[in-house]
Amino acid sequence: MTSSYVIRGASILGASPADLFVSDGVLVDSAPSNAEVVEADGLVALPGLVDLHTHLREPGREDAETVETGSRAAAMGGYTAVCAMANTSPVADTAGVVEQVWRLGREAGLVDVQPIGAVTVGLAGKQLAELGAMAASAASVRIFSDDGSCVADPRLMRRALEYVKAFDGIIAQHAEEPRLTEGAQMHEGEVSTRLGLTGWPAVAEEAIIARDVLLAEHVGSRLHVCHVSTAGSVEVLRQAKARGVRVTAEVTPHHLLLTDELAASYDPVFKVNPPLRTAKDVEALRAALIEGVIDIVATDHAPHAVEDKECEWAYARPGMVGLETALPVVLSVLGEQWDLIADRMSRTPARIAGLSSHGLSLRPGEPANLTLVDPAARRVVDPSGLTSKSRNTPYAGTTLPGRIVATFLRGEPTVLDGKAQK
Amino acid sequence: MIKHLLSAADLDADTATLILDTAGEMAALAEREVKKLPTLRGRTVVNLFYEDSTRTRISFEAAAKRLSADVINFSAKGSSVSKGESLKDTALTLQAMGADAVVIRHPASGAPDRLSSWVDGSVINAGDGTHEHPTQALLDAYTMRSRLGKLDGLNVAIVGDVLHSRVARSNVLLLTTLGAKVTLVGPPTLIPLSPGAAVSYDLDSVLPGADVVMMLRVQTERMQDSYFPSAREYSRRYGLDAARMRRLPEHAIVMHPGPMNRGMEIAPEVADSKRSTIVEQVANGVSARMAVLYLLLGGKA
Ligand SMILES: [Zn+2]
Repeated sequence: MTSSYVIRGASILGASPADLFVSDGVLVDSAPSNAEVVEADGLVALPGLVDLHTHLREPGREDAETVETGSRAAAMGGYTAVCAMANTSPVADTAGVVEQVWRLGREAGLVDVQPIGAVTVGLAGKQLAELGAMAASAASVRIFSDDGSCVADPRLMRRALEYVKAFDGIIAQHAEEPRLTEGAQMHEGEVSTRLGLTGWPAVAEEAIIARDVLLAEHVGSRLHVCHVSTAGSVEVLRQAKARGVRVTAEVTPHHLLLTDELAASYDPVFKVNPPLRTAKDVEALRAALIEGVIDIVATDHAPHAVEDKECEWAYARPGMVGLETALPVVLSVLGEQWDLIADRMSRTPARIAGLSSHGLSLRPGEPANLTLVDPAARRVVDPSGLTSKSRNTPYAGTTLPGRIVATFLRGEPTVLDGKAQK
Repeated sequence: MIKHLLSAADLDADTATLILDTAGEMAALAEREVKKLPTLRGRTVVNLFYEDSTRTRISFEAAAKRLSADVINFSAKGSSVSKGESLKDTALTLQAMGADAVVIRHPASGAPDRLSSWVDGSVINAGDGTHEHPTQALLDAYTMRSRLGKLDGLNVAIVGDVLHSRVARSNVLLLTTLGAKVTLVGPPTLIPLSPGAAVSYDLDSVLPGADVVMMLRVQTERMQDSYFPSAREYSRRYGLDAARMRRLPEHAIVMHPGPMNRGMEIAPEVADSKRSTIVEQVANGVSARMAVLYLLLGGKA
């Protein structure tokens, strides 16, 4: 295996072309001897992307995704680190399970897999999981989330927020007031009325975020809000941030692009939780991401087996794969604002997750975690062409800009010429 | 002619009128001694019922048989359906059987839409979840037109649990297409957002101007979900009793898609009054469904 590379003529964050030199896992200031040349003419170099919200499905649903296949999909999408959500089977609510996921990630070696631990035992929302044990484990868990379920009990949420202060932890909340979303199938509005699908009202998200920012403020803890989906949530976050609450928030690529009108096909490939919202919400989310009220883009990559999607809408599992299309979608939404993209998809998520070797500037001395993007390429999304084990992309047939040409993890290519290297 | 009938929105005014006119011809046929038409001889109509609805299934079965079609009943009980076979696999089976039309009743909204992407034959929605029940709307429109002579300009009040009613959704769409003015009446908890029609929370104020009052079935279980406090309070505010019926204009009719909760949304003396169309709705159901099968399967009017 070569360990020295010259990446020739890459445009770092859109600046004038320059050569990048990689040796022994780090960026260096001059061409190493015996370096392999990677032509990067016309390509933009970004720090390797970091996903704060990935469902890798292992253990439990290896038919939909494994740590390895999900890691490969991530690398193909330009990622060098992903945070693996805890709603596996068994749930990642013990040191044993998070260490298992962490080890599988190391063995795959395609991205850094940082496990997220469950907040409550079995995601049941009743009793705190052993957060400290997960923090002290080899996986060094810092983010805790019951994602898929909301930590709805206000007292439990308060305790969780307080408890993780001991190890600078953060609670990532899936904001969904469960009583307001019983049986919910899609965004509550004109389209849900027309389709006869039970509505998921925006207020069910906004009410939890409002409560949680107040709790976080009260106990002085860090709160992260997963997949913000409504214009009203943006306003709650804006006010909280203005008061100095330690809250960060993410938006998914699909909530930046797609609307609830897509449910009219009843094709569950468009079923996701939180649901696709209205054009007005999409507009507010885009503005909030640019403004920084929403800090980052996170994929909520949620692979599902064919039988869980090829069925009636109400019976389908919610979720969409997203790792391989995230950057193209964000590029289509933000345009070639490379520094902004690097901030929202690499620097800030790395900082929130405490991943100190990711999201760094591409300069000598730093770990060579980077991705090369061809901004001029256009690609029609073909589900069968995805690297993920699952096919549930909502973008089938959509033309998206940008192609990930290469990804380097600690100086070794995980993707070259658009092909996974292992 | 359209291929599938998944939603009342699939019907423009001309198509809907053609179906109603054809239903009229079918009703005339029912008066004859020989009640069968050879039109669909050799064609296969499958009744695919994932919900118990003997009334609707029998209505479709009678309609198909009067058109001489072969009818296969595929019900959720005692078939592979209840063993968890997926809708797609069932669709492939029906496809292999050469079904020309599949009449589907399903508890999940949109199931007929899904089915239509997996079979070549026509799909007719016989009620899907809380979405639509377009043939019910057709038979209701047919009944109104028979009794009142027209649909254009009629004031129709649809009263009750609009939120969960597929009958209401299909009726709003079809009646609006045909020029009637629909007002939805019920407690605010049971009226959906943006319902596509006028809304009133006060039944008494709507009745004097109504040509048609359609009472929807209200399930008492809705109380548990706090949609309303009690059956008694519901009935007092939104039930159609004899006193309320007297507020209606002389010519106005009272409809109910059945099955009724007598004493809840409708008083027995109202259900059995001469204004009530409840019995003829059943007969009209067969005619309307004959018209739909006839036209969708390529019969010429
Ligand atoms: Zn979630």
